[in-house]
Amino acid sequence: MATTTAPTGALRPTARRFSFGRAVAWTAMGAIVLITVLPFYWVLRTALSSNPGVAADPTNVLPVDLTTGGFERALGLQSTKEAVAQGGAGGGLDFWRYLLNSIIVSTLITTCQILFSAMAAYAFARLRWRGRNTVFTLFLGGLMVPTIFTLLPNFVLVKELGLIDSLLGIALPTMFMTPFAVFFLRQFFMNIPREVEEAALLDGAGRIRIFFRVMLPMASTPIVTLAVLTYITSWNDYFWPLMVSYSDSSRVLTVALAMFRAQTPQSGFDWSGLMAATLIAALPMLVLFGVFARRIVSSISFTGIK
Amino acid sequence: MTVASSSPPTRLPLDGGAKEAERRPRRPLGDGALAALFVAPAMIGFAVFLLWPTLRGIWLSFTRFNLLTPPEWIGLANYERMINDPIFWGSLKVTVEYVFINIGVQTVAALAIAVLLQRLTQSSLLRAVVLTPYLMSNVVAGIVWLWMLDTQLGIGNEIIAAVGIDRIPFLADETWAIPTIAMINVWRHVGYTALLLFAGLQAIPNDMYEAARVDGASEWRMFTRITMPLLRPVLAVVLIMTVIGSFQVFDTVAVTTAGGPANATNVLQYYIYGSAFGRFQFGYASAMSVALLVVLSVITVVQYRITRAGQTDLG
Repeated sequence: MATTTAPTGALRPTARRFSFGRAVAWTAMGAIVLITVLPFYWVLRTALSSNPGVAADPTNVLPVDLTTGGFERALGLQSTKEAVAQGGAGGGLDFWRYLLNSIIVSTLITTCQILFSAMAAYAFARLRWRGRNTVFTLFLGGLMVPTIFTLLPNFVLVKELGLIDSLLGIALPTMFMTPFAVFFLRQFFMNIPREVEEAALLDGAGRIRIFFRVMLPMASTPIVTLAVLTYITSWNDYFWPLMVSYSDSSRVLTVALAMFRAQTPQSGFDWSGLMAATLIAALPMLVLFGVFARRIVSSISFTGIK
Repeated sequence: MTVASSSPPTRLPLDGGAKEAERRPRRPLGDGALAALFVAPAMIGFAVFLLWPTLRGIWLSFTRFNLLTPPEWIGLANYERMINDPIFWGSLKVTVEYVFINIGVQTVAALAIAVLLQRLTQSSLLRAVVLTPYLMSNVVAGIVWLWMLDTQLGIGNEIIAAVGIDRIPFLADETWAIPTIAMINVWRHVGYTALLLFAGLQAIPNDMYEAARVDGASEWRMFTRITMPLLRPVLAVVLIMTVIGSFQVFDTVAVTTAGGPANATNVLQYYIYGSAFGRFQFGYASAMSVALLVVLSVITVVQYRITRAGQTDLG
């Protein structure tokens, strides 16, 4: 919304002239971009270097002793002997499995959370039922509880349910709703004119059909916004999956990467392997960002407007 | 959104919809059954995974519980222990120090970036670039900087050494570790915060800047007299959100320092995790969680009051 008003900004003729202030401002902006981007290049450069090369020439801006050994170690493609010889620990990432686990968990959380939150939001915005305001106030109160507070008791609960070390166990606590999602979507449903719904009712459509065929499509912008942010958040989550998953069957990428980092060999860090693993773990989100950058950027501006 | 702006939004009166009933043909039972169906999944999720755990977390803080045997009520013993636990107070101190550095630097930097973006360019590519670190998990960000700041081989220290200053053991030194972790998280979050503020800036009418320019105002004067006052409500909300998030720091500590050296980065959440999963003291861990909850609530209320977050000066 905010981002579609593009021509309001710097397009004034006066602002286009060169000035000392603007030069300083652009320099500052350039520095910010460098600090943001350079670490990614350095990770790539290290991942493509050999460990002796990294140690011998730590300042070379190009990969030292160009090799894919780091990536092979990270993906567990090398034999243990080979890996240890090159400065690795011998353990690798079962990358495709963790990737699949991350995708399943994030997709499950995002799909269910948004659908259920949207349904509840619709009921709060448009349906008339007894106790509506009481329940809504209760939900709003949930905004006050930081997620971190519920982690320990939720762990106990998931354990009682026998879902420790399962993907469902990781997804469950955030799968049904978040108070923010309900609150956010309710605002949008409230702003859709009633006439739209009444017209559909006159045409003989039922409320359920109206919700799925009329209301959901009309709220597609906020829903996509919320979905993108929810996906990023659940994909990057580390603390909760760390508590719940114990084995490869439920390990997600963040946890796997932290484990790979913890397997540091005695001789010192396997920097090349670790950076390769980091890059591999970061890659899915970078790809997603490459495809949806504009959408994601405007999403954030969008939620910023309360 | 186009639909919403083409006709005035319909509002539901909060007092039970009496007016609405006059206007529309009354249906005898409302939409009770349908509403129950629509709210049920969210209601179950709310009750089971938010409300119940909250109450249970408070209850567990009054018990001794090791996960294997049923919790045993021990009254205020966990809280007494907490008050006399120097590690707890150390954790709280370290956490507060972290939050101050993290939020202080991040807010100023994000504000600067947002204003630069607003005044220089509308490029969404630039905004995307600034946001990139946010797409990484804390784990990725932590490991990247663990490497960049390594004492022996990290590029950061190579540059420092080249300038002729002594190498700094950023993450291995008691005084440097917390500021370093705070800065790593600034790196990851500053773009996101900046975009939230940028969205707030977009709501300030451009005529105000035009008028100020006609009057010969400098950029700095426009910033202090227009931008800051009008951005205040958004800034306040962003500040409250980021402070709450900042207090929950865990991931970065877990992958970079693991609480060390000598508890120098043993932030509260890390200590809670260690108590629960390292020493199986779930009761004590819950008591510390309650303490964190109380601290956060107090801070939120105070911040809300001080910053007048609920009021706007715009229109």
